[in-house]
Amino acid sequence: MFEVSALNKSNMRVEKLYRILFAMMVLLLVLPVLIILGTLVAKGGSVISFEFLFSNPTDGMTAGGILPALIGTVWLVTVALLISVPLGVAAAIYLNEYAGDNWFTRIINLAIINLAGVPSIVHALFGVGAFVIFFGFGTSILAASLTLAIMTLPIVIVATRESLAAVPMAFREAMWNMGATRWQTIRRVVLPNAISGILTGVILEVSRTTGETAPIMFTGAAFFLPFLPESVFDQTMAMSLHLFVVSTQVPGVPEALPYGVALVLVAMVLIMNSISIAFRMYLRGKKKW
Amino acid sequence: MVSAQGAAEAVQSSTEAPVKMSVRDVTISYGGVPALSDVSFDVREHEIFGIIGPANAGKTSFLKSLNRMDPFTDGMRVEGDIRFDGQPVNRLRNVYALRKRIGVVFPLPVGLPMTIYDNVALAPRLSGMSNRAELDVIVERCLTRAALWDEVKDRLNSLGSLLSGGQQQRLTIARALSQQPEVLMLDEFSIAVDPVTTMRIEEVLKELRSEMTIIMVTNLVQQAERLANRTAFFLGGECVEVGITAEMFAGQVEDQRTRDYIEGKFG
Amino acid sequence: MAAVEEAVAKTENAGDGHGFDRRNTDWFIDKAVQWIVFVGGISAILFIIGIFIFISKEGLTFVFETLDLGEFFTSPYWEPSDEDAPEYGILALIAGTASVTGLAMIVAIPFSLGAAIYIGEFATGKTREALKVLVELLAAIPSVVWGFIGLTIMNPLIIEIFDVPVGLTVLNAGIILGLMAAPIMTSIAEDALKAVPDRYREAAEAMGATRWQVIVKVVLPAAKNGLLGAVLLGVGRGFGETMAVLMATGHAVNIPTSVFDSVRALTATIAAELGETAVGSDHYGALFTIGIFLFIITFIINLLADLVVRGVRKG
Repeated sequence: MFEVSALNKSNMRVEKLYRILFAMMVLLLVLPVLIILGTLVAKGGSVISFEFLFSNPTDGMTAGGILPALIGTVWLVTVALLISVPLGVAAAIYLNEYAGDNWFTRIINLAIINLAGVPSIVHALFGVGAFVIFFGFGTSILAASLTLAIMTLPIVIVATRESLAAVPMAFREAMWNMGATRWQTIRRVVLPNAISGILTGVILEVSRTTGETAPIMFTGAAFFLPFLPESVFDQTMAMSLHLFVVSTQVPGVPEALPYGVALVLVAMVLIMNSISIAFRMYLRGKKKW
Repeated sequence: MVSAQGAAEAVQSSTEAPVKMSVRDVTISYGGVPALSDVSFDVREHEIFGIIGPANAGKTSFLKSLNRMDPFTDGMRVEGDIRFDGQPVNRLRNVYALRKRIGVVFPLPVGLPMTIYDNVALAPRLSGMSNRAELDVIVERCLTRAALWDEVKDRLNSLGSLLSGGQQQRLTIARALSQQPEVLMLDEFSIAVDPVTTMRIEEVLKELRSEMTIIMVTNLVQQAERLANRTAFFLGGECVEVGITAEMFAGQVEDQRTRDYIEGKFG
Repeated sequence: MAAVEEAVAKTENAGDGHGFDRRNTDWFIDKAVQWIVFVGGISAILFIIGIFIFISKEGLTFVFETLDLGEFFTSPYWEPSDEDAPEYGILALIAGTASVTGLAMIVAIPFSLGAAIYIGEFATGKTREALKVLVELLAAIPSVVWGFIGLTIMNPLIIEIFDVPVGLTVLNAGIILGLMAAPIMTSIAEDALKAVPDRYREAAEAMGATRWQVIVKVVLPAAKNGLLGAVLLGVGRGFGETMAVLMATGHAVNIPTSVFDSVRALTATIAAELGETAVGSDHYGALFTIGIFLFIITFIINLLADLVVRGVRKG
């Protein structure tokens, strides 16, 4: 009586087909990228060496290493973090701990979404108009980092807000009833339990900032500089821009060099994202309540 | 079921003890919709004041208004005259000082995600105490009086949030005691807790009465009968009546609905 | 013993109360923090407004003195550096952006939807986790790297496969942009599918529907707002992408007639020409005006996406 009917059989066949179809789609999405990454390794791997990472470009950037670009990226990312993390955490604290559910809060949320959606070149234009020209910083690490900070602010805000929201309301209520102020509650219970989530957001921001090119192109990064930056008012080279330069602006570059630069950049970004993901998984196992 | 001594004590407290908290014409509304209207009575020092009534009668909202927790709820408005030691609580310059003098125990046990020691040391630390020796004394005293010390004394450094429900509820009481409160408010403290723990906490409350005033909301009518000197009956957003527990449970009520509720005819 | 009594006495006097209603340090610190975080909160609004103000400011002179709106939007001739008769028509540039984004969406939408369905509805346990991680990592690849790939890998590939003279074309940037946008769209689509309550699925299965029927007839319709939001976000991303299109399309400013034509996108134009303009010149102002246009377009797209997605949360 419970034999599989003909209709059921065909349904199951159709289902199997669709299952395979979608699995193929995932494959087709993922495979090209894996092939591309493989090509990067294959063609650029030969260039990677200790010297490559730690020496300067030579011969008009057709040879040599990428050290100043690496250092420049570190400069830019560090200054951008110093600006965006305190600001982003403060904004997230306001949104999750203080703001009510009204139109004003909705406008703030809209602004955050838009900030994330503004094209990177428009951020660059803003950086030029505001920081390079109006505030008079000139093309400098400061101007470029400010531009990057504003661009990546939403990442910190969203990650922080999520980790704050993950702290149960009951803890806050217990403390408020005890006579603790909102800040005491945040400082003693909410923030300490949200720090790890904030950290994953920060790592993501570092990864994003490392890869951005357009916002720094006209605000502080230069194609080639014979010196390393000494203050935030200096210009600098950067890994992301360096890839653009050696693949489009330098004549006579041996094929492997740009591949090597691309490989290092991709490796940096993927390693940071992997750390963030791994950290998140580790945290999921360590429950404190 | 009511001891003569309990009745005598109740009569005594209702006529001689000074008023600790008073409410007059208190109305609480959420977004304009009233949840509790025109509540007026006194709570006297050193009494256990019970509040009984079915769900959604406004009991929890009432407690919230006493320690000025209404700003934390969107749309909650409290009108009327509420006084603590004669001082109106709606025009305080430092509302946190008021809350420190009132300890609260919630229906769901809460162990803060810090060590048991830190849980109980929290309130003194918030008030500025930092001497380790002094804190040790307070932690032991409060945990002992909350009937929890023996179970946790060897693991004060373990997380309070990982204790069992009954233990977390006693931890909450220990935290409340660490505030040296003048008033202790309990909101249906036993609903998520096993009967043995409930019994132990009830013993604790009886002992605490001599040092503070206790206001206890309960959905267990017998619990009010056991513990409360005087009881208020809330129904459908109003305070139907307030009376001496012993008398009310013996049938001497002003309103028939009170007797019906006590006898279990509804709610 | 004396120490204990002293400690006890201290606690009894430690409370702030006993009639003193005074504001203490903690009260003032709390107030100060309230203001600090408020400033943080409104910073996003300030920055968005600031962006608009500053790019408008730099484009102002161009807009009011030289700009001819009709010509701007309808002329396909973009020759800002022509000394005698500079022309500022962005029609070709808009066509460039639109064609690349359009192709990218044609590539990305079916694949990200399919991937989202597979990950969300068919895959389980470890496979699902692994795929989600993979998608997240793919989304992290920087756009300049994608541009590089378009330049060095796709370019010769297209030339060989399709037997065309030039590989930096709409096809190149379209595929690259599609691969770039797909992971993000997959994540959002997957969230939209996940937001459909399980009880919808269970009810359908209880009536004897197969997995596939449940998806088509129940899950997809219920998630359509979120999926639409994912598409809008992808479009927004396509419009705003700079480095990848800069490096993968050619430098020909013309309206494309086939995917094998080279084009120039709005974003790429700014990136390619800003460095060569003099501050305050007409060309400079024109580029900023393109920026204003881009800002407004992506603002609208993001607004729409948010409204559409929020429709899902409410429902």
